[in-house]
Amino acid sequence: MFETFQPSAIRAHALTADAVSAFLPMRSRLPRWRDISRYVSPLALVALWQVSCSVGLVSTRLVASPAQIAVTAWSLLRDGTLEANLGISLLRAALGLSIALLAGVGLALVSGLSRMGEDIVDAPLQIMRTLPVLALVPLFILWFGIGETPKVLLVALGATFPVYLNLHKGIRTVDPKLLEMARTLGLSHGQTVRDVILPAALPDLLVGVRYAVGVAWLMLVVAEQINAESGIGHMMMDAEDFLRTDIILVGLMVYGLLGLLSDNLVRGLEAWLLVWRPLSPRRGDGA
Amino acid sequence: MNTFLSPQQIALEPVAGPAAAAVMVSGLTRRFASGPAVLDGLDLHIAPGEFVALLGRSGSGKSTLLRTLSGLDPVTAGSVRRPDNMAVVFQESRLLPWRRVWQNVVLGQKKDEASRARAEAVLVEVGLGHRTDAWPLTLSGGEAQRAALARALVREPDFLMLDEPFAALDALSRLQMQRLVAALWQRHRCAVLLVTHDVDEAILLADRAVVLEAGRIRTDIAIPLDRPRRHTDPRFERFRQTLLDALGVHDD
Ligand SMILES: Nc1ncnc2c1ncn2[C@@H]1O[C@H](COP(=O)(O)OP(=O)(O)OP(=O)(O)O)[C@@H](O)[C@H]1O
Ligand SMILES: [Mg+2]
Repeated sequence: MFETFQPSAIRAHALTADAVSAFLPMRSRLPRWRDISRYVSPLALVALWQVSCSVGLVSTRLVASPAQIAVTAWSLLRDGTLEANLGISLLRAALGLSIALLAGVGLALVSGLSRMGEDIVDAPLQIMRTLPVLALVPLFILWFGIGETPKVLLVALGATFPVYLNLHKGIRTVDPKLLEMARTLGLSHGQTVRDVILPAALPDLLVGVRYAVGVAWLMLVVAEQINAESGIGHMMMDAEDFLRTDIILVGLMVYGLLGLLSDNLVRGLEAWLLVWRPLSPRRGDGA
Repeated sequence: MNTFLSPQQIALEPVAGPAAAAVMVSGLTRRFASGPAVLDGLDLHIAPGEFVALLGRSGSGKSTLLRTLSGLDPVTAGSVRRPDNMAVVFQESRLLPWRRVWQNVVLGQKKDEASRARAEAVLVEVGLGHRTDAWPLTLSGGEAQRAALARALVREPDFLMLDEPFAALDALSRLQMQRLVAALWQRHRCAVLLVTHDVDEAILLADRAVVLEAGRIRTDIAIPLDRPRRHTDPRFERFRQTLLDALGVHDD
């Protein structure tokens, strides 16, 4: 696409980092060098970590070595401990997130689409939003005991706010010009909501969902470490008693991977639901 | 099939003027808050199939008049009668980015198997037959305005309002769009009210040019030139001078 390099062909909007690097002659001779180079520094750090542990610079009682972590992860996988705990954690997160989505979307629709709904719903939610949800943990344990309920509800509560706030904002900030257009075309109220307001608010909803997923993992970590008999967090707390830093670090990595995966999942959802949004301005022109 | 938009009783008074008028505005007054009246007892008649260009300085109330005619703004004093079946094209295309071009064209119309064919036919008419399935955000400015025009035409309106529809386009696209509008109007023959800042555009397209000043139509001139019209026509220059004078632009 950029074989013939003509400076005059550079368009202002095309000057993103990637587009610029596409002009570099190195690109054709060393393809994907940039992609590889991004991993050099993290890999070097891991190597340094391993060496420090091997030569005894860092006590393995405080931090396990990368090799040890790999071995432990493998054995946890083989005896099924990791899968079982991961399954439980995933289930709690999924359940909590589903409740959050239902509640957040429902409340945002009520307060976004009607003045009265906003008066009733918005003020209490704005007040509750300022409370640190984690401070509710003792209360939740008192109310719901130590079973699954308080864990799932903690996730649900924390994840509801980002969904509600973003969707509410999305509904309230629909371009008034589009609403006027809907009126001149004679769209009914229902049609306007369905064809104009909700699609316009969808990008904001998806931003909210991405935040919600992040919050859900955060809530889960805390919930599982306080009072649980299963789950990744429980596995880590158990390991603490036996000074097994390798298991703790495996748990940490699993949380990291889960966060990364779920974020990519939502991004994928975004790309699929928002196909109408060109990736770069005016991509469809064949520029 | 005509709609009266007016406050309480005033509407019931018989409105003076030609009975055949498609649009009849009488004594329309509009003020915002406690400011001066933007429209001040304005009268305007448009005959069926007549093409009227509305000129006026920035802030003279052209858009306000159009918004009132299209029902976006309320009629607080005076009366307005216009066909139910009307369409508006604004300066921005106002297409829904999440609906394909053809879906935007038939938005708000009854959905049936013929919807798509109908949309495609109009899109071909405005020269956009090759972009029926495109997403609006991938259209160029000129293409988007064509799509907006198609969305108005598919309704086969009796009255079409255009609020500076080509103002944001480059000179070349604007010329093309003016030709297109002239051709479409010849074919559809609906009453048109075109708001423009471009005196040449008004003379090129309209049967009548009216100039809005201090809340009223102060200048109302017929442009009885044959079509298609050319800028090089010596009479063109005379109309241009008259309109520029009415707009308060003098070249001394
Ligand atoms: N919603 C509003 N509230 C207060 N004032 C308004 C409002 N809408 C318009 N006005 C005022 O009414 C006057 C007429 O505005 P209008 O948009 O009709 O002008 P216009 O002739 O279309 O101008 P332009 O050529 O720049 O588009 C302006 O002085 C404007 O400030
Ligand atoms: Mg205007």
